[in-house]
Amino acid sequence: MQKIHKILIGVAFSPNLKPNIFEAVRLANMFDAELVGVHVGTKSNKKKTDLKALLSKADPLKKPFKTIWKEGNPVNVIIETCASEQIDLLILGAIQKENLLKYYVGSIARKITRKAPCSVLLLIKPSVLRVACNHIVVNGLKDDRTEETIKTAFVFSKLLHCNKITIVEEVSQGELHVKVSDDKTLRKSSIARERLSTRENQRVKHILEDIKSKNITVNTQPIFGKRGYSIGHYAKVKRADLLVMNAPNKLGFFDRIFPHDIEYILSELPTDVLIVK
Amino acid sequence: MEKKKAFKTFLSDIPQNLFSGFVVSLIALPLGLGLALASGAPPISGVIAAIVGGTVVSLIGGANVTITGPGNGLVVVILASITTLGEGNMQQGFLYTLAAIVISGVIMIILGFIRMGSLGDFFPGSAIQGMLAAIGIGIFAKQIHVMFGNLEAKGSIIELLLHIPEGILNLIKTTDSSMFYAGLVGIGSFLIMVFYSKIRNRYFQLIPAPMWIVVLSVGMYYYFELVATSAYPIDKRLLISLPDDILSNFAFPDFSKIYHANFINAVIAITLIASIESLLSIKAVDKLDPLKRRSNVNKDIRALGIATVISGFLGGLNVVTVIARSSVNVNNKGTNRSANFFHAAFLVAFILLFATELRKIPLPALAAILVFTGYKLASPNNIKKIFSIGSEQLIIFLITLFTTILTSLITGIIVGILITFIIHVIINKNILLFIKNILKPNVLMFKEEGKYYVSVKNFSSFLNYTKLKTKLDQIPESEEAIIDFSLCDFVDHSVMENMNNYTESFTRKGGHFEVIGLDDSKSGSEHPFALRKILPKQIIPKEGVLTKRQKSIQKISEEMHWKYYAFSAQETEELPTFGYFKTRKIDKVSNVLSNEDCTIMDVQFSEGEMIAKQVIKATILHIHTTKPVPSFTLDREGIFEYLLDFAGYKDIHIEGHSDFTRRFYLSGKNQEKIRAFFSDELVLFFESNKQYHIEATINGLLVIGNERLSSVKEIKALAYFGMGLQKTI
Repeated sequence: MQKIHKILIGVAFSPNLKPNIFEAVRLANMFDAELVGVHVGTKSNKKKTDLKALLSKADPLKKPFKTIWKEGNPVNVIIETCASEQIDLLILGAIQKENLLKYYVGSIARKITRKAPCSVLLLIKPSVLRVACNHIVVNGLKDDRTEETIKTAFVFSKLLHCNKITIVEEVSQGELHVKVSDDKTLRKSSIARERLSTRENQRVKHILEDIKSKNITVNTQPIFGKRGYSIGHYAKVKRADLLVMNAPNKLGFFDRIFPHDIEYILSELPTDVLIVK
Repeated sequence: MEKKKAFKTFLSDIPQNLFSGFVVSLIALPLGLGLALASGAPPISGVIAAIVGGTVVSLIGGANVTITGPGNGLVVVILASITTLGEGNMQQGFLYTLAAIVISGVIMIILGFIRMGSLGDFFPGSAIQGMLAAIGIGIFAKQIHVMFGNLEAKGSIIELLLHIPEGILNLIKTTDSSMFYAGLVGIGSFLIMVFYSKIRNRYFQLIPAPMWIVVLSVGMYYYFELVATSAYPIDKRLLISLPDDILSNFAFPDFSKIYHANFINAVIAITLIASIESLLSIKAVDKLDPLKRRSNVNKDIRALGIATVISGFLGGLNVVTVIARSSVNVNNKGTNRSANFFHAAFLVAFILLFATELRKIPLPALAAILVFTGYKLASPNNIKKIFSIGSEQLIIFLITLFTTILTSLITGIIVGILITFIIHVIINKNILLFIKNILKPNVLMFKEEGKYYVSVKNFSSFLNYTKLKTKLDQIPESEEAIIDFSLCDFVDHSVMENMNNYTESFTRKGGHFEVIGLDDSKSGSEHPFALRKILPKQIIPKEGVLTKRQKSIQKISEEMHWKYYAFSAQETEELPTFGYFKTRKIDKVSNVLSNEDCTIMDVQFSEGEMIAKQVIKATILHIHTTKPVPSFTLDREGIFEYLLDFAGYKDIHIEGHSDFTRRFYLSGKNQEKIRAFFSDELVLFFESNKQYHIEATINGLLVIGNERLSSVKEIKALAYFGMGLQKTI
């Protein structure tokens, strides 16, 4: 995914609706995309007028707003809509834990994220006014989808006027093949670490070769740690505004019990997260 | 090439390791006998453990300057095991216990292989302290009666403690002259143990306290035998018993109770204590290693396991790493594992050559050594220290301590862990924080601009400390590391203590380790507990009322136009570079008196670690020299230097000054430069002034008088000596 033509937003009449709609409208205008709203539930006149009133307060949309009213299981309805409407980007709001500066994705949104056929943007604090995006962190995993993900990150940074991108290469500890137990193994592991870091940086550099990155500061950062976990932690530490990740491979039952990759991020969102498919 | 060089250093270091191994064996012999006796095992079993341990671990171990042998902590466990398994028959109980020892050795080997050797990391610090204190009290309670010449005292630890006053009365009133004299020997030995460290006389300190006890008590026997008219007053029953033919009488383990619950309990307890004691000792000794190496804990645990199995089959106790003997090894300049080997070799020699003499040692003399050890493990100072960390730590400590005393060791430590966890939950008023996050990876480490940055999330306590530890262990100690706890809701005391240890080892090896994110006012107010308080990097003295001594020093400073600061935290950076402070840790510097080049200060430093720790305060003079000085040490010539000479040092002779060479002992690496540096004028200066211990490095000169605080007069003399020396150079 690099170009976005159609954006889908779930319309649930909750206190969060206003900031969610405002963010979606802003994004749709930035990408020059069409905005589709889907409401799972019965259609009523009151809901219709409420929504209209909200939209009128937001920035004027460049392309018409389309609303879909459908009843059924929210997860299925949204996923079906994504497919039938050929949506490129799905926007979901996260929930903030009470009194804590921690955000997580509700169970419905989690299911949608796992199954969605398109890219998903998880917003931790949608706001009515625009908050500038300054730093994007993107994964540089050794994976076929990574190149696409990095390119998307660059597209986003251009449209969001963000001028700093950090590509994080997560290397699992096991790849070092050395366990530190004394001075000798420590030296060995330091050397192995340096070698792997250089290798990872080279790989990412290769991807970056055909990406135009004018006015954007691009950094690479190798991290040795649990895949999927470290990057979230890193984004939080670096106070990144957007974290861009590859979509997960098919997840099985065990993946949820023993979380890995994206599940770590879903259980505690470090910042806004874009999952690229 | 490098290997060849390493071998060469190894060879050249042999003399000093031989010497160090010799000194250690002087302690290991009485301790081995004593620990075995206290465990209810035949005395020789302790020496077997030390011999096997010294041999096997020195060959395949992973630590460098540690000494292995029978451990203090195991006394209580092994005694319990012998009593319960033997059901009244101590001899049979010992054979069953040997089987338990063998199996615990096997478990240790497995633990080492699956890299779980650091079992101790999973336990909260205060709970371990509580358990060790309970062990100390157990040893103390039992052995104090033996020290008073009463072998029959029996009962629970509490009963034994309550009977102490009665024991003293019995000793005074007794009509049994054998018991009376034995008790006197015991008390005398105890006094030697207590006052040994107070007498800082080199020649006296050449022989360790336990050996003084052995030498004096054996000497007493021969006095009665050869000189005095009356017979030796102490009954044979109160003397140590060794098998007649030491080489052939090995006890063999009895494995017939292997499936009994009691047996399994014993195995668990023995393994637990052996592993914790070894781990704590290895960690502590690493802090003392003059060459600043890092020990391979798992490899060492493996080696200890193998040694334990062999020792068990030969009728010996568990082999663990022991802190007190290791500290002595470091203090006597042991540099590699061969010291451990030589210690074992000397033990073999002692046992074979002096078996008759050893049989003359009264049991109370050995008990006195153990009473002192027990007291050190449970010393009130420890309790004070724990209380200063926080009252909740004291609660954990005391609950663990009393549960261990009243029930058993395993119950004690389990209760300790539970209570620590419960207290953590209460402090945070949030159990979900722990339950939800315990399995999550919570540590992020990356290298940025040449610095290692480590961020810890959620919570950091003994429960998930290993995650943090594996990351931190990957950072070379010569680098810069920043540990950020700002994303953590809770950091417990065990973690804080470990962070402090890392800070120390990084500082020692020239790196920098900094903990940040804990002084955040917001999170601080939510959990205002000491568990996450800022690291006590060094005890920073507060401003206070000056003592008489300080006022006098102030007066001198005015007379001499020097500057004086009673409370200062400066100047500690250069001191650790001097050889003298390589094995000694500086705690505090105060009363700094200085002009531009010379600085006189009171330094508080410690030798040894944990129970072997001794705090020493001394006044020293540090001179910044304007021109470069070759590294050397200068001392009075005497017996002590003669011994060092034997240990691989050489006295450098300055030509044309035979008097100087006779009176002073000068050593150093670069002989040419040192000879050139010692001009006629300088030699004359040294000859005509008071003789100090002087060390020179590129950072200047270090002048030490006695190893104690100097009087005002001495400070004045030291100051003039410094100015004169500075001028002469």
